[in-house]
Amino acid sequence: MKYLNLVVTGLTGLLLILGSLGMPETGDPQSPASLHVSPRYIEQGLEETIVPNMVTAVLADYRSFDTLGEATVIFTGALTVLLILRTGRKDEAEDS
Amino acid sequence: MRGGQESIVIRTICRLAVPFVQIFGLYVIMHGHSSPGGGFQGGVILAASFMLLAIGDSLEEARRRFSTKAVTVLLSAGVLIYASIGVVCLVLGANFLDYGILPVPEPRNIGMLGIEIGVGATVMAATVSIFNDLITFE
Repeated sequence: MKYLNLVVTGLTGLLLILGSLGMPETGDPQSPASLHVSPRYIEQGLEETIVPNMVTAVLADYRSFDTLGEATVIFTGALTVLLILRTGRKDEAEDS
Repeated sequence: MRGGQESIVIRTICRLAVPFVQIFGLYVIMHGHSSPGGGFQGGVILAASFMLLAIGDSLEEARRRFSTKAVTVLLSAGVLIYASIGVVCLVLGANFLDYGILPVPEPRNIGMLGIEIGVGATVMAATVSIFNDLITFE
């Protein structure tokens, strides 16, 4: 059974490595992402968003719904830590 | 930690450094849309100032300046600010978070500044809240 797990894990890893070989190279100017989305942001970003900072233009304007999700993730993380760790006996602990 | 920092040198230096760290954090948030920076980075810098106070002085001092209640309110208010800017755009007839329609001068800059402030508040409060919960956990 242990060896079966090893075989399954190895096969999955091999498949993932094989899949990654088909990806475009990092920074390849002919990759689909570089041909459609990036030129639009670089050429039209200043006109459309009126922000000189291209990173913010993408993060806070084109992809602002994504950033709202990021803020919600951080909010949920802090809320989870609060609910797990804050026991309600904090005042007693501070006195001792 | 509970008894506070003993060394007068460390206490004084930390208390002196805190306002400068906070000013820099606010600068990073306010200039996020025109220069490198933004809500996430600035929020973490602001949170670091309160951590510095908690470590360099005492947790009670940090709590006195930034109470647990204020942390929790800011934590929710940040996300609320962000989402309500989006809803205001929606009500005025544009897409969600399409700032161009806001009835203010330079609506896109103001809208981005608004959401950066929202993100900054949430990130600062979340980091301080997690830090406080972790070091007070029994």
